[in-house]
Amino acid sequence: MSGPSLGPKQPYGAMAPDVATFAFTAENLEEAKRILARYPAGRQASAVLPLLHLAQAQHGGWLPKAALDYVADFLGMARIRVYEVATFYDMFNIEPVGRVQVRVCTTTPCWLCGSDAVLRAAREVLGCEPGQSSPDGRFFLREFECLGACANAPVLWIDDHFYEDLTYETARAVLEAVVRGERPKPGPQSGRKGSMPAGGKTTLFEVGE
Amino acid sequence: MPKLTIDGQLVEVPPGSTVLQACEAAGREIPVFCFHPRLNIAGNCRMCLVEVEKMPKPQASCALPAADGMVVHTNSPTVHKARKGVLELLLINHPLDCPICDQGGECDLQDLTLFYGPDKSRFKENKRPVADKYLGPLISTHMTRCIHCTRCIRFLNEIAGVEELGAVHRGEHMEITTWVEAALSSELQGNIIDLCPVGALNSKPYEYRARTWELKKTESIDVLDAVGSSIRIDSRGNEVMRILPRLHEDVNEEWLADKSRFAYDGLKKRRLDVPMVRRDGKLEPVDWKTALAAVAERARGLAADRIAFLVGDQADCETMVLVKELAARLGTPHLDCRQDGAPLETTPRAQYLFNTTIAGIEQADLCLLVGTNPRWEAPLVNARIRKRWRRGGFVVARIGALFDLTYPVQDLGAGPATLEELANGRHSFAERLASVERPMLILGTGAIARPDGAAVLALAHRLAENARLVREGWNGFNLLHTAAARVGGLELGLVPGRGGRDLAGILDGIERGEIELVFAIGVDEIDPKRLEKAFVVYLGTHGDRTAPIASVILPGAAYTEKNATWVNLEGRPQRGRLAVFPPGEAKEDWRILRALSEAMGALVPLDTLARVRERMAELAPQLAEPDRIRRAEWGSFGRPGPVDPAPFVSPVRDYWRTCPISRASAVMAECSALAAARDRAATGTHG
Amino acid sequence: MLHDRDRIFTNLYGERPWNLEAARRRGDWDGTKDIILKGRDWLVNEMKVSGLRGRGGAGFPTGLKWSFMPKQADGPVYLVVNADESEPGTCKDREIIRNEPHKLIEGCLLAGAAMGCTAGYIYIRGEFVQEAKILQAAIDEAYAAGLLGKNACGSGYDFELYLHRGAGAYICGEETGLLESLEGKKGQPRLKPPFPAAVGLYGRPTTVNNVETIAVAPTIFRRGAAWFAGLGRPNNTGTKIFCISGHVNRPCTVEEEMGIPLKTLLEKHAGGVRGGWDNLLAVIPGGSSVPLIPKEICDTVRMDFDSLREVQSGLGTAGVIVMDRSTDIVKAIARLSRFYMHESCGQCTPCREGTGWLWRMMERMAEGEAELAEIDQLLDVTKEIEGHTICALGDAAAWPVQGLIRHFRGELERRIRDRKLLARQAA
Repeated sequence: MSGPSLGPKQPYGAMAPDVATFAFTAENLEEAKRILARYPAGRQASAVLPLLHLAQAQHGGWLPKAALDYVADFLGMARIRVYEVATFYDMFNIEPVGRVQVRVCTTTPCWLCGSDAVLRAAREVLGCEPGQSSPDGRFFLREFECLGACANAPVLWIDDHFYEDLTYETARAVLEAVVRGERPKPGPQSGRKGSMPAGGKTTLFEVGE
Repeated sequence: MPKLTIDGQLVEVPPGSTVLQACEAAGREIPVFCFHPRLNIAGNCRMCLVEVEKMPKPQASCALPAADGMVVHTNSPTVHKARKGVLELLLINHPLDCPICDQGGECDLQDLTLFYGPDKSRFKENKRPVADKYLGPLISTHMTRCIHCTRCIRFLNEIAGVEELGAVHRGEHMEITTWVEAALSSELQGNIIDLCPVGALNSKPYEYRARTWELKKTESIDVLDAVGSSIRIDSRGNEVMRILPRLHEDVNEEWLADKSRFAYDGLKKRRLDVPMVRRDGKLEPVDWKTALAAVAERARGLAADRIAFLVGDQADCETMVLVKELAARLGTPHLDCRQDGAPLETTPRAQYLFNTTIAGIEQADLCLLVGTNPRWEAPLVNARIRKRWRRGGFVVARIGALFDLTYPVQDLGAGPATLEELANGRHSFAERLASVERPMLILGTGAIARPDGAAVLALAHRLAENARLVREGWNGFNLLHTAAARVGGLELGLVPGRGGRDLAGILDGIERGEIELVFAIGVDEIDPKRLEKAFVVYLGTHGDRTAPIASVILPGAAYTEKNATWVNLEGRPQRGRLAVFPPGEAKEDWRILRALSEAMGALVPLDTLARVRERMAELAPQLAEPDRIRRAEWGSFGRPGPVDPAPFVSPVRDYWRTCPISRASAVMAECSALAAARDRAATGTHG
Repeated sequence: MLHDRDRIFTNLYGERPWNLEAARRRGDWDGTKDIILKGRDWLVNEMKVSGLRGRGGAGFPTGLKWSFMPKQADGPVYLVVNADESEPGTCKDREIIRNEPHKLIEGCLLAGAAMGCTAGYIYIRGEFVQEAKILQAAIDEAYAAGLLGKNACGSGYDFELYLHRGAGAYICGEETGLLESLEGKKGQPRLKPPFPAAVGLYGRPTTVNNVETIAVAPTIFRRGAAWFAGLGRPNNTGTKIFCISGHVNRPCTVEEEMGIPLKTLLEKHAGGVRGGWDNLLAVIPGGSSVPLIPKEICDTVRMDFDSLREVQSGLGTAGVIVMDRSTDIVKAIARLSRFYMHESCGQCTPCREGTGWLWRMMERMAEGEAELAEIDQLLDVTKEIEGHTICALGDAAAWPVQGLIRHFRGELERRIRDRKLLARQAA
């Protein structure tokens, strides 16, 4: 799971609270320094996306104002610039949301292959509408634009993993497992290998090894 | 030089020009929203699209470099279709609430729609509402009207140097805002109102007060600092409704500092509008004759030696001519226009002028700030320094208090000791100073308005000599005044005559009972306790600091209420014009003094403004021609002596409240409170 | 038809490990040093001769693009790889990254050598979290083996390669939007000129190439430009990964020869159109940004840049979205309009304002809730956007709608008439 453990009493996926102050954990501070080293001197603003990812993961899937200010100060950027970035990119949440991010791709290729059914399954299992967190505050459901796995449509993105080739039934099964706190095996739920044609490949018979 | 064909006409433009500039050179008007010649190119409004042969798509002319041989069409069906399309798209989500919009009548969107826009709406969907944003007490927002040109963001980032505005979210949800719901802190923020091409950003104090076409527009000069910005005073009836900048490339370009723009509500508050005389300890309204007679009565039989004149920070030159003449006729040498006590003398003139000139800052390659915070003392001088810094190859160093000036500053030290080291070439920075072509020094009045001021001035002079600040075609020595009246006063010689007392001498004299009658002409920056033993005749506009202890009050005219001359810090004489009449029985100051001279039996025979100005030209020929600077001769100044190690302090601690007008302004009071709160928060979290 | 021996991506389906050892067995990193030592001019020329056109959508000749980079530059010069794969219908770079990362990494080194780059950044879309982990691990492997960094592959050439994660913005697939994003700003495309080859990342000369473009480069250099140029058709050479989604029996990604007939592609590799070829309604042949083509064009059209351009569509990213006769074609395109509205960066007027207007009109069109005259108005609005924006997203938003009106105007009219009829009957 992304983010630190909140201890045994917290249910899996509980929403992270708003905070007045934010700072990287020692571990993330080291990671932030490693990230900074990728960019030339004086260009540390380049690290803003990776650092916001890091901060969001640390804070349970969303970025409180304190975290944005912290990252801005950390990188020596004007705070408004970090705010612009945090609101421009789709993966950042600047309001409290469920810790487990569930994204249903509904763009045309997935829609053609039944994303409506996947979305229905998500609504039913999580008990909330897209753009909302589940009533227990653990899950955040979003309709998402093309996730880039169209040959395996329809797809669902749960906490950094793709679940592909879904039907209403398999989508339900995956989501129910996630709600139980399990981590179902990502990838095509139809059993095929990657984006190979179902029922067997049509190419790459003659390759060595 | 690239040659282009614009609509069949051959034009040649300087290298580096854009196609937009080439079109303008060919006399074509290209409609724009986002483009602004003083801001970086954004190219986002797409209004300036033109057709360029051999290019597949219409091109944004504002961003396209002019290249030799380009054939450009600005009037083709493609161009018209593009413009009409862009305007339609700008208008679909625009509220079209022109009848209640402050921008109505001076709106770029309105004007361009008239020429290029569609004549009816095809948009059937719901318009996008956008929540208004809080930007503080100066700017109100109607964000639904915003067309996302980003001029406001670019101005604050680039010119003001304060990154506080941004465009958050994306696509049609993009909104201009601060982070988050925080007031802007820039002292130049009002300019984004002018820059906004629609009615999204409005002047909060002016909001819904007037329609632009019912305003009388008077071109004048600002006096709230010593920059002498060109302004336009918009009035209705006898009320100043708003103040806007006018273009003056050499002074304020097209900007205006916020105090100059927004303090005008202070012109309507705490005004002295009737003469008053103190009777039995209480100030009572009287008629002019009675008031003047009371002064004459007090002066009767008094030795001239017991009379003194002090002149404040916003006095105009015509008034000061009368002061000088009246003092001479009364026979007193006790006269001082240096309300801050700075030991500046009238010759050589170079000691009290901003010799490099404001525009000249752009030619400098190094700037040393001594005892000044130009951001608060003269925001547009600071903006010019920032402008120069942005071009690169420019170093700013400072001796004085730390303060964010919106550009990097190398701090050398805090007080006179560092200046002395540098002047004697013993500081490491001296080498740097010696290595550049056009160095400039800006000496703040805070560095010299102190007991050791004359010695500090001498050190600055020594530095100027040793670092060769003055060389062929270049004078890098600058004094940064904060008072609009000061240079004029020095030019006219309003300093003690032979055997006369200066400010300190006059104040001592009052305490010792040697000075009994003091004429305080707009004097409000002196502790009134030091005046109150004397019979104070206060000629001024506001019930500020001095009026309450005055014996006689003569109500004068504020800068918006008179035709008068001010000389800015560069030594540039400029004429302000009457926009509204003084309130109640208040009168133009020089006329009051003329009447007073008559009542006192010391008639100054200058009956008309023309006569006063003739006399002014006799006293100071350099003031005769408006807007022309007469370069100052270089020479020796200051008085070498021991210096106090105490750090330099800027004379401006609260930018928003520095004079009777700004202190009377409720708007400035709000800005001041906000700034104080911000300072407290900053020291609270970081200090 | 392409022989397996001419396929570049032999581990496209991840049947074997992605790691360096397995990659080497597939032929990656073989003689890389010798290729680098052939020098910049040879590399650029070889790329020109191969005829490779950029695989990111625009199809600009890669060798030519590389040749724009300055021969002499004091200071850093950058290669930036666009792995922000987000074009609906496109899922090829993901397969390369997770199954053939070393082809990409070796390609970066060789492209870098060809252009004298000092460093490379791979900008990967933020949602590809696992893919990014694999790619980072592969980069780490390459560094550990001395293939990257100082004296890469022992060639004497120094080249640093970094991975950078995006955070969810289609517009960052636009090369200058990507550069802005990489600099830590919003991904708003820049005005051009100046082009990245002159003023790119951090103001330095930069070339931005798609993942597939870079990943095929090592094989081209190893097997020779003539081999690559001999595949496909003139001006449309080589192989290409096609992503086949939608109403086919077996959606897949597959590497095929450029110019393969669409019908062959679908029937040979994707199990044919669901319900048979005659059940085909239309195909979007090159990712969501290109106009759809109806069945009668699909019958014969070849899958390459020029053939598809001739039928007023495009090869784009070769994301083939197949729609059978059950498809609500208006809704399918309306959903794309929503995509472009959502992904518009908001910077310039026509796209910011126009994409939302298009979507709202398209939603009404899907329900027939419009006037007949609004079809022309819809077309007119697409023309107000097309060609008037800073980047190509405006065009991309306009074209699908234009394609719909071009080929399915009758369907739009029918819906409007039916709805009016229904309203009259109800009244």
